[in-house]
Amino acid sequence: MTPDEPLIDFDWVARNLDEIARRLGEHLVMTGIAVVVGFLISFALALAIRRSRRLYGPILAVSGVLYTIPSLALFALLIPITGLSLLSAEIALVSYTVLILVRNIVAGLESVPADVTEAAIGMGFTPLERLRRIELPLAVPVIVAGLRIATVTTVGLVTVTSLIGQGGLGYFIVVVGIRDFFPTPIYIGAGLSIVLALAADVALLGIQRALTPWARASGAA
Amino acid sequence: MTAEPALSSSPDDDPGTRSGAVVELEHLTKRYGPSSTPPAVNNLSLTIPAGEICVLVGPSGCGKTTTMKMINRLVEPTGGRVLIDGEDVAGLPAVELRRRIGYVIQQVGLFPHLTVADNTAVVPTLLRWPAPRIRARVDELLDLVGLEPAAYRDRYPAELSGGERQRIGVARALAADPPVMLMDEPFGAVDPIRRDRLQNEFLRLQARVRKTIVFVTHDVDEAIKMADQIAILQVGGVLAQYDTPEAILAQPASEFVEHFVGADRGLKRLSLGRVRDLPLLEPVLARSGETAAEVQRRLDAAEVDYALLVDARNRPVGWIEAGQLGDGEVRDGRLPEDLAMPGAPLLMPESTLRDALSAMLGSSVQLGAVVDEHDQVIGLISVDQIAQLMRRAPDDA
Amino acid sequence: MGAGKRRRLMDLLSSFLAWLTDASHWTGDTGIPVRVGEHLLISGIPLLVAIVVALPVGLFIGHTGKGALLAVSLGNIGRALPSLGILGIILPLTLPLTAGTDIPLGLPPSLIALFALALPPIITNCHVGIREVDRDLIEAARGMGMRETQVLTRVELPLATPVILAGIRTSAVQVVATATLGAVLGIGGLGRYILDGISQHDDGQLITGAVLVALLAILTELGFAALQRASVSPGLRSTGDRAYEVAGQAPRPPA
Ligand SMILES: Nc1ncnc2c1ncn2[C@@H]1O[C@H](COP(=O)(O)OP(=O)(O)O)[C@@H](O)[C@H]1O
Ligand SMILES: [Mg+2]
Repeated sequence: MTPDEPLIDFDWVARNLDEIARRLGEHLVMTGIAVVVGFLISFALALAIRRSRRLYGPILAVSGVLYTIPSLALFALLIPITGLSLLSAEIALVSYTVLILVRNIVAGLESVPADVTEAAIGMGFTPLERLRRIELPLAVPVIVAGLRIATVTTVGLVTVTSLIGQGGLGYFIVVVGIRDFFPTPIYIGAGLSIVLALAADVALLGIQRALTPWARASGAA
Repeated sequence: MTAEPALSSSPDDDPGTRSGAVVELEHLTKRYGPSSTPPAVNNLSLTIPAGEICVLVGPSGCGKTTTMKMINRLVEPTGGRVLIDGEDVAGLPAVELRRRIGYVIQQVGLFPHLTVADNTAVVPTLLRWPAPRIRARVDELLDLVGLEPAAYRDRYPAELSGGERQRIGVARALAADPPVMLMDEPFGAVDPIRRDRLQNEFLRLQARVRKTIVFVTHDVDEAIKMADQIAILQVGGVLAQYDTPEAILAQPASEFVEHFVGADRGLKRLSLGRVRDLPLLEPVLARSGETAAEVQRRLDAAEVDYALLVDARNRPVGWIEAGQLGDGEVRDGRLPEDLAMPGAPLLMPESTLRDALSAMLGSSVQLGAVVDEHDQVIGLISVDQIAQLMRRAPDDA
Repeated sequence: MGAGKRRRLMDLLSSFLAWLTDASHWTGDTGIPVRVGEHLLISGIPLLVAIVVALPVGLFIGHTGKGALLAVSLGNIGRALPSLGILGIILPLTLPLTAGTDIPLGLPPSLIALFALALPPIITNCHVGIREVDRDLIEAARGMGMRETQVLTRVELPLATPVILAGIRTSAVQVVATATLGAVLGIGGLGRYILDGISQHDDGQLITGAVLVALLAILTELGFAALQRASVSPGLRSTGDRAYEVAGQAPRPPA
């Protein structure tokens, strides 16, 4: 690495296009697994909390502690148990998404105004119908807001899993870039990871817009 | 499902034709705590005839809402029972019961994520009516509450005014044609002028649908205006008096009722009378573009001082005074529209005489224009007519 | 849980305790006190500098409303930046500075990256905290003849303090966590134990590093949470618990 080297070595990029595409795909899959599994777990937890409010405190406390643990530490603690594996990486990534998502799903389901709930009960909605027809649709903006934060965060965290032998685009940053003092893969890895995060964010925002035409109406009125 | 005339409905019923059921409250009691706590509603018994409006009125916290919610079992009674057409509501699953009772609350509670059409269709959808029938019913209901279906069907609640939301709330409650409707301060959040209008429209609607309605309010005037029967509650949920508005005003059963109804019972009695009870006066109409001389001739012939300027569809614009017709602005003979004094109070046949009186006293001309549901003028009334009526009425002051 | 798994966990626990209680791991340049000290310095210095820089900026944005978009987007952009990526990007830029000196080549990029990571939550929360103050109060303050600086220091700042502290708390936890990654660039701190533990297949060292850094992050979180609670004006105590949520930000997970 010397000062007169060009910022990005395009020859390297050209030679490694296949590898870049493969790592990008891996990054996407790792993020997808973490967010989807995290969402399913969070949704189940949120429904349990909705049933029994007393669960909220303990669930928040446990996921809050998990959240505070630095990712490298969490990965490290899993290594002796599940090894330098995708499983270790995903266990940690899923744990992180759960706190964000549980809070948002609970907040979303609870964001239904009291008069709307009262009208629904008064008109003869069963609890399940209320969940499906009222609480879930109204919770969409808050839930998607959580999904956006969780997704963007996870995209960043996946790079760290390169330290335990996984990593998607993080592989370029750590294994190829920093260990060899070679800037190009660092820029490629970090840059693509940012682009991926922003693209996922915009896509989720688009999905939310499509799902909540009524929210636009209230903005316009 | 057992066949009960009021509470059971099959999808084949013709919507919009079923009228009210008898609602009986028998020794209803509700305590929100252990048996040592004072009851919110205490041993309340009353029978509401089919097709009538029963208004529960009383000071805040006296148990009106609690009483009402025991009818659709949003609150389960501690003692006593509720019968609808003789059937004990406790015998039905709560959810099924509620789908057969219309429910309107003050904050309306429209579902913000559903269009007007979907909001209106909520209960028919829960009851799994076929889609074409739901569509037809929605349009019928929007018409019924005076909203153009084509213009409103696809709007979201956020795009409606307070009054429009309230009408959709009523339409939604009527959707499955329930024999009984519960309304908890339905017009409480609407400003006084719109409230009067909504009340009038609702009375007109009720004249067509003839539901049994339990209507909660804390406003005595609204109670007198809306009620066939008034139940006055005292704090603790004790029934102070249950009778027609006329009887309650004439013979308050207790000092509490007398005090609650207020000192101005003479004036309040005016709330019993409606504009439609008075002989309407023939208005002298004027249209912009007419010559002043023509209008003057008609005013002279009728021997009155004011002409009512109306637009092309006979909707009142304002008053024109005889004296103005000689003024410079109309020398060339044609009436300009802005000559009219704005703000002729608009009254409806259902307006109470009390509301009519205060509207007229608040305007510069002591006449009121009476309009139909399309805002077209159908006649006039005067302050004098009401004053004469008051002089004739036996005073109890 | 099978007996084999339970035995494995017991093994891990004992290798952790053995490493932790080994007296030689508590002395010298690579001992636990030194590593903890390094970690605190590597985290504390960028955090302090970030507070000094971000507070005036955030207060200015919050009070004037100018640059509000910047404050909001900073928070979002901050989340999208992978901290490991920032470290990597800065490294080539600072290499010329450290070449031929005694300064460890990983130190400047670590300090700069941590400083940059600490800025957004503080700026965003200053802005949000002040914006959340009841507009009527500010109107009243102006109406009583307060100057703009007085409005800021006597009305906005006291009421926004819990939210601002929430931002600092987010930054602090973030920085303590991310400082672990400095080890990738070869500098000290507790991340060393983790990376060395991985490469040397030394479970005891690995777990010790992870547990210590997790403890440090949790203590930071709890410490700032206590500070934040104490900062709520007694007049607002009943609503004080919400201040954290009012800030509108789930804390970023550590990197
Ligand atoms: N869910 C409840 N739990 C406990 N007390 C209640 C509840 N709802 C109403 N109350 C009490 O019951 C009394 C009657 O209330 P309510 O029926 O709402 O009165 P109103 O509608 O006439 O204002 C009041 O003292 C009120 O505080
Ligand atoms: Mg009430």
